[in-house]
Amino acid sequence: MNSAENTSVCTGEIDASCRVPLLALFGGAALWLVLGLALGIVAMLSFHQPDMFADCSFLTYGHAQAAANDLLLYGFTIPAALGVMLWIFARLSQAPLALPIVPVVAAHLWHAGVLVGTISILLGFSTGHPWLEYPRGAAVLLFAGFMLVAVSAVATMGFRLNRELYPSHWFLFAALLWFVWSYGTANLFLVCNHPPRGVVPAVIGWWSANNLIFVWLALAGVGIAFYFLPKIAGKPLASSGYTLFGFLTLIFFGTWVGIPQGAPVPAWLSTVSAFGALLSVMPVLALGIIARKTVWGAKVPCFGGPFCFIRFGMLSFVAANLLYLAEFCPRYSRVLEFTWFSVGVTQWQLLGFAGMIFCGAIYEILPRVMAKELPFPKLAKLNFFLFAGGTLLFVIPLLIGGVEQGMKLRDANIPFADASAVALKFLRISTTGQLLVLLGSLCLLLNILVMTIQWKLGLVKTVIAFIKSPLKTSEVKS
Amino acid sequence: MKTGFSVFLVACVALGASWLGLVYGPLKQLGGAKETTVLQSGEKWPMQRTGEATLGLQVYRANGCAACHTEQIRQTGAANVLTVTETGSHKAADLKDFVASLLGTVPELMNFSNAITGKLAGWNGELPKVIYSGADDTVVSMLGDKFKAVGVKTEARVVATGADIARMGWGTRQSVAADYLYDSPVQLGGLRAGPDLANIGVRAPDINWQLQHLYAPRSLVKNSTMPAFRYLFVVQKKVGGKDSAAALVLPKEFAPANGFEVVPTDEARQLAAYLVSLKNNAPLYEAPFTPITAAK
Repeated sequence: MNSAENTSVCTGEIDASCRVPLLALFGGAALWLVLGLALGIVAMLSFHQPDMFADCSFLTYGHAQAAANDLLLYGFTIPAALGVMLWIFARLSQAPLALPIVPVVAAHLWHAGVLVGTISILLGFSTGHPWLEYPRGAAVLLFAGFMLVAVSAVATMGFRLNRELYPSHWFLFAALLWFVWSYGTANLFLVCNHPPRGVVPAVIGWWSANNLIFVWLALAGVGIAFYFLPKIAGKPLASSGYTLFGFLTLIFFGTWVGIPQGAPVPAWLSTVSAFGALLSVMPVLALGIIARKTVWGAKVPCFGGPFCFIRFGMLSFVAANLLYLAEFCPRYSRVLEFTWFSVGVTQWQLLGFAGMIFCGAIYEILPRVMAKELPFPKLAKLNFFLFAGGTLLFVIPLLIGGVEQGMKLRDANIPFADASAVALKFLRISTTGQLLVLLGSLCLLLNILVMTIQWKLGLVKTVIAFIKSPLKTSEVKS
Repeated sequence: MKTGFSVFLVACVALGASWLGLVYGPLKQLGGAKETTVLQSGEKWPMQRTGEATLGLQVYRANGCAACHTEQIRQTGAANVLTVTETGSHKAADLKDFVASLLGTVPELMNFSNAITGKLAGWNGELPKVIYSGADDTVVSMLGDKFKAVGVKTEARVVATGADIARMGWGTRQSVAADYLYDSPVQLGGLRAGPDLANIGVRAPDINWQLQHLYAPRSLVKNSTMPAFRYLFVVQKKVGGKDSAAALVLPKEFAPANGFEVVPTDEARQLAAYLVSLKNNAPLYEAPFTPITAAK
């Protein structure tokens, strides 16, 4: 229950105004999630059977892996978060979505960008910068799409009846700015005609990737969680003051993380990052504690509903981000750098934290926006267990395997082949987890797809009924 | 944080600060970098790549090789190393006694007596023999002088240390920013599913080896997990029953059917040329190591 929201306002109109934009954003996001996870599994097959795609250049590991990663980040998490954000902004403002047609156009631009980007990577036109592989054409589409959503979101926020800001406002509003700035900077410098020399593009790439995966996801995910958790738990957010502390420390310190410790760059860059990572432990813990205190003692049954999703997401937020920050501690970095550990951490951040929270939010929002129940509520619950179990099964073997691989890499007497072979058995378990997550994402896609079809059929029926209906007697001139 | 504008302002300051630090800072410091010179030889570094190798970087990028291969060597420190290269007329046992007497009498060496006797413990006279490896350089020069006086030849060197460097052929020093001046886009990589390639041009300088390894990794490295890149090659009919000059020489189980041969495409040749151009064997000001400083 947020003080900024007054329940007496008719929410039906607000929800209805979000219907088309949200369907466009969520539908594409769910589709990209399924494709991204499937492509991720295809990529991992190369480790189980190295010659599998020897004659097929599209699906070779270097292509499939990059495309799968970008599908998860740009295809799924960002549009899903944007959709949820628009709805939250509208609800907090107690006003219908401003310029509702703009985010619809934006969603199509965005999804077109993801499609172009994915195909480009598979064809070998990636930019070669990790997490920023989409070439110029795709990046422009993404950027334009994001700007349009941001316009609608900021306009909706501007129309709010209660001028007071709720903590979610800070997080989500900052998230809008963050993406535009970091993604814009990265593409201006890296994909232009004259990129800077030597390692500078790599540093900019690390900065940007950290700002997207650590800071942006944290802003969006925590902002969304802090809107839903108090509502579902039926209690106010634990403490506004500490939330402000978490927000400020996150944006002031989290942005400095990202430069690996062993990187061939001037040492001050890595050192600053290590220090930033140390300080960033504060917001991660603070925001986690606030979430914990908010739901503490709330009697909400947890059988796979949105509450479970968001709670699991916040637990993952703390765990995955602490591990992420640990990678920047020079002492641990010597073992963890260049291993599967960081792959596991990033997937945990993307799927376990952001994916979980956004999925939960989608399941919470969809029935309201569509004004009808989910077509397969049981699948939605199954989705939670598949996601939760699948993510852990996917990620934890990578973490353990990564540490073991790192230990062996540190010992020059152990041949390199042995060090990399150690990871293989863990990769096999982890692919099973990936498969479970894929099944979970199919539940999400099915729910959204069937809802969209039902809604479209409903529209057609209304139109037909309107055409067929006899004229009302009052309209017949006597 | 009462108004949207104040949130905007605070967010701008936070992100702007890190932008200045991690984007503008490196741009100012490294964006105008020029080629540097190799220590002691004065050659230019990094070496300019051939046209084929420059194109090969784009093949490397396009195929996402950096998803599994890093191009960066890490270093944990550096050590002064004293190596005996010639013992003259002395036998191993004599030298051990000589060293033991030195360690007992020269006060500067006493602190290192355990380290040095440890090195000599199981020595039967095979050369070259590392006598001392550590941070202290006075030990190195003093021991070197003492050995010289009795006609034993030694070498004093500064070497980079660390697991990456201790692995045979991976590199001789840490990678530094100057190494990547001509790489666009720079392909540092973040995962070592495959070995590091910063020094592959020294480790495996044969283009034909590289080509065969790309076509059939397991024909050269048993248990390799690298996917084969057969799509960078063409299997074609032999003309007149003879191999063409470019054809790969493959072991039987990897060779195509009789009467056919495997020929690399331009892309494969460029990629191999690029791989061979990757070297980490020149001492630089910011990453020094000594081939030989003082032979005594």
